[in-house]
Amino acid sequence: MMDRDTRLQTRPASGLDSVSSFGVERRSLLKTSAMLTGVLLAQGAIGLLAPSLAWALEVKTIDQKQADTVLRLAKVLYPHEGLEDAVYALVVKAIDEQAADPATRQLVAAGVEALNAQAGGTWLTVSPDRQHDIVAALITDPFVQKVRATCITTLYNNDMAFAHFGYEGEAFSKGGYLHRGFNDLKWLPDPSLEASPAPYSA
Amino acid sequence: MAQFAHDDDSVVVIVGSGAGGGALANELCQKGVKVVLLEAGARQSSATFINDEWPSFNQIAWLDARTTSGSWRVARDFPTLPAWTCKTVGGTTAHWAGASLRFHDYEFKARTTYGAIAGANLLDWPIGLDDLAPYYAKAEDKMGVTRTNGIAGLPGNNNFKVMYNGAAKVGYQECSTGRMAINSAPRAGRGRCMQLGFCFQGCKSGAKWSTLYTEIPAAEATGNLELRANAHAAQIEHDARGRASAVVYFDAQGQKQRQKAKVVCVACNSIESARLLLLSASGQFPHGLANSSGQLGRNYMRHTTGSVYATFDEPVHFYRGTVMAGIIRDEAVNNPKRGFVGGYELETISLGLPFYAAFLDPGAWGSSFTSFMDDYARTAGMWIVGEDMPQETNRVTLSETVKDQFGLPAPNVHYDDHANDIAMRNHAYKQGEAVYAAVGARKVMHTPPYPSTHNLGTCRMSAKPGDGVCNAWGQTHDIPNLFISDGSQFTTGAGENPTLTIVALAIRQSDFIADQLSRRNI
Repeated sequence: MMDRDTRLQTRPASGLDSVSSFGVERRSLLKTSAMLTGVLLAQGAIGLLAPSLAWALEVKTIDQKQADTVLRLAKVLYPHEGLEDAVYALVVKAIDEQAADPATRQLVAAGVEALNAQAGGTWLTVSPDRQHDIVAALITDPFVQKVRATCITTLYNNDMAFAHFGYEGEAFSKGGYLHRGFNDLKWLPDPSLEASPAPYSA
Repeated sequence: MAQFAHDDDSVVVIVGSGAGGGALANELCQKGVKVVLLEAGARQSSATFINDEWPSFNQIAWLDARTTSGSWRVARDFPTLPAWTCKTVGGTTAHWAGASLRFHDYEFKARTTYGAIAGANLLDWPIGLDDLAPYYAKAEDKMGVTRTNGIAGLPGNNNFKVMYNGAAKVGYQECSTGRMAINSAPRAGRGRCMQLGFCFQGCKSGAKWSTLYTEIPAAEATGNLELRANAHAAQIEHDARGRASAVVYFDAQGQKQRQKAKVVCVACNSIESARLLLLSASGQFPHGLANSSGQLGRNYMRHTTGSVYATFDEPVHFYRGTVMAGIIRDEAVNNPKRGFVGGYELETISLGLPFYAAFLDPGAWGSSFTSFMDDYARTAGMWIVGEDMPQETNRVTLSETVKDQFGLPAPNVHYDDHANDIAMRNHAYKQGEAVYAAVGARKVMHTPPYPSTHNLGTCRMSAKPGDGVCNAWGQTHDIPNLFISDGSQFTTGAGENPTLTIVALAIRQSDFIADQLSRRNI
């Protein structure tokens, strides 16, 4: 498990702090504009790997309502049953980083307002079906498209997602799949040796 | 490694170190010819390649400014990324999957075989399979292609098992792990395939042939090669007689350099090869070098492609092992009764989770998309690669508005599918789906073409100077010491992955250049 734990911690795209001491939180609160927190399912694919079940994301530029809206928008755009909020929070982190650019910060602000306007109040508090319909109506909105594109490059590009979806990632350090199941499929007959020769053995 | 002075006008300058340029450089150096090899990208190695899709993409992909136009879906989904090629020593041989298939004889005679096709600018190659066969044999030996030269085929992975069983059930006869330039056993100082699953990211085991660690070090060992990495060609200059005389490039510090040359060979992959010749326009050649035919940049081909992904009840783990682990060849024939001319191959493909998300159905959202992602570990996939029609209007031009980091006009890539391309793709989608349905597929996705890795035809070979840019040797019709040495010289695209043919043409061209040099003809 050591190997897997360190992978989760060191892969840059993971990007979330595990809350192991309050010191970490307090020290960074000064420059934090919002905070997303959660607890991983202990028996989930990710919880089993994580060094700590509690997670926290410090948001530095966008505000709490915007952060919450981006998180929910990511879940409406790319719904996955059982995929932890900790993974969706990576989308918020990426948008927050992009919002260091004033034009993007303005895009986020305008986009959240557009969702709220369409909801006739607060998009976050309308029903899930209504949230979906509003996103569908606003799908070409530049903010919605930015979050959508960021989901594609973020949501499926981290070790927590790899664990959830069953992708094993980096292979070279483990000797590839030659002895780790590249041909372990058993629910269909093996091809002929002519079509698929046996692996070389010295 | 040799070093040549910038004003040494006795050297052959090759622009681009991929399949064409890298192989040509080695072949010339082995014959005693002095070569300066300019490569726009940096030198990596198996040790520095990365088993992680996005970081690898940022390490080796060609990401300079490009634009797109036309009705192809790539222009909508990836408007600034028309092609998935490489900017690194070894070029796109870092990224290629290794499929090494000879063209069929009829594919060299596309105009004769297919007849006149409305909207297609078809032409027979000035060479045939007989001309190229001895060079195919040399290329297969050089590259270590499985199922040639007594080399065993690769073992099939799980993705291949699904393809193979489905192919058998629908009655296909020609399904195997194919001919691959990937060592099934140690050979030529390189190890065997470790089934890493990262063929597209640069092979970390070195089992897959790449000029990076085969041709280029072999050429360096002769003392006749100087490789200059991070050298981005900007212009080919000519003298008053209209002969190529130098290549101007930006070095790693962004400084302009000029390397004099006796011969210049362009091997920058079809988009950049055409762009470089267009950028080299002069008073004497106002429409670009070697463009008296007006065909430079035109007839851009990218193969008729697409992918079929299918989900199953049971695990597949298709990302484990060689990406192109197997092939169905039964459709690689010309049978117009199918509703199109030309043929196509079906080859397994897999993508890691990050790229599967990016390419599965670009722009899609919602539960129909995410249900495919949920089934990632129970997915099998195949890629369609077939002959697309050359069209004069499918072309590379210089952007009037967008410039690259050196201030040079970016290339625009315009592409519209021909009706024949669409008919072929739809047929292939149907056949691929049938293969998977035969072994219990739950859901099937018809994935649209990715940004092109097979970029072909923008400087095509022709018997007559009015029909194309270069002759049967890749020598440009207009400038005898200027050669086209990559896939852009393809007259038509054929239905096979192009690398083996690019290498065979490079070996053949090296014989011609060495002979012409010895006769003082160039």
